[in-house]
Amino acid sequence: MYQFNYVRPKSLADAEALLAKADDPKLLAGGQTLIPTLKQRLAMPSDVIDIGSLKELAFIKVEGEAIMIGAGTKHFDVANSPDVKKHIPALAELAGMIGDPAVRHMGTIGGSIANNDPAADYPAACLALDAKIHTTKRLIAADEYFKGMFETALTDGEIIKEVTFPHPEKAAYMKFPNPASRYAMVGVFVAKGPWGVRVAVTGAGQNGVFRVKEMENALAKNWSPDAVASIKVPADGLLSDLHGSAEYRAHLVTVMAKRAVAAAG
Amino acid sequence: MTVVSMTVNGKSVSADVEARTLLVHYIREALGLTGTHVGCDTSQCGACVVHVNGRAVKSCAMLAGQAEGAEVVTVEGLARDGELHPVQKAFREHHGLQCGFCTPGMIMTAVDMIRRKPQLDEQTVRDELEGNICRCTGYHNIVKAILAASEEMR
Repeated sequence: MYQFNYVRPKSLADAEALLAKADDPKLLAGGQTLIPTLKQRLAMPSDVIDIGSLKELAFIKVEGEAIMIGAGTKHFDVANSPDVKKHIPALAELAGMIGDPAVRHMGTIGGSIANNDPAADYPAACLALDAKIHTTKRLIAADEYFKGMFETALTDGEIIKEVTFPHPEKAAYMKFPNPASRYAMVGVFVAKGPWGVRVAVTGAGQNGVFRVKEMENALAKNWSPDAVASIKVPADGLLSDLHGSAEYRAHLVTVMAKRAVAAAG
Repeated sequence: MTVVSMTVNGKSVSADVEARTLLVHYIREALGLTGTHVGCDTSQCGACVVHVNGRAVKSCAMLAGQAEGAEVVTVEGLARDGELHPVQKAFREHHGLQCGFCTPGMIMTAVDMIRRKPQLDEQTVRDELEGNICRCTGYHNIVKAILAASEEMR
């Protein structure tokens, strides 16, 4: 690791002030991506601002027909929350599939979506459930938030505070994990709610998470695995690497979508 | 340099370290507790698992500063009055180690999983061991040892 200044603000307001003052700062939440990145010298921040222990960012609340999850909430706590299990079981299951138990004890929802890894799990849930991302500056709809591989709508100095997920009528996430890294080779989150039907795919797109409108339309007419069975996504624009070709991933999207609809019931 | 203080195995400790010091290096080098191992250094193998505030974490994927003020338990902190912890005993009894390099992490992960899931079955143990790699591939006896310890501790 390169040298950096490490600071641990006492409040979100302190964190914002430190963020504004520093030359080239990085926020540290759980660190399950950032620390390995620093270790490989792939990042050289001047300041690491640790917001991982801010109590005001760690909460799960139910309000009306939605669940609010603080940005600093660990994957383990989302996976085991009675409220999340009750209202959005698919989200609890997704959180319980991230990394391994030790990673889930540290990694946070805010860290995951701020990083927006093209194979991360949470972005698929945010997009399919029409989540709202609350930051220190504004409210961003998931559709406007994910901009591309490791790119988001966040601006300098902006910190995610919480993510609001409306309760779906039906939802499920199916993931085909890379057996070595446990990241999604392809993960498909399907959901049906007052916002309509959505199908979000992670792990496959060169520009990160994306929706499959053709599948959404088909499912809106007929919510059944058969409705998506013959819909193929084009391999163009999909990731191709030593783990799988773009064509292979395209095939997996249909398979995982079918399984997700079946699981959602 | 920054002074980082925490409680390790019940004792208050403090050391002046660089901000970039990983928790595992703090434990091994500043405190001299070399039971916690560095296997892969890419946060995949789990040889460095310790408990921070009661939760199993990879100490190579965490800065020492993140554990400021925390309660940390390493494999050295499990035995009581010269008596091995039931998980340690079970690993010995069931030959749950070959070269032994992954063992500290396996044991810390096992203690954490038994605490969280008192009703363990073989599949759950294997799933829970996802973040711990045994390069000798000695999983069979590791799983047996964990199941036996879980039975013993029930």
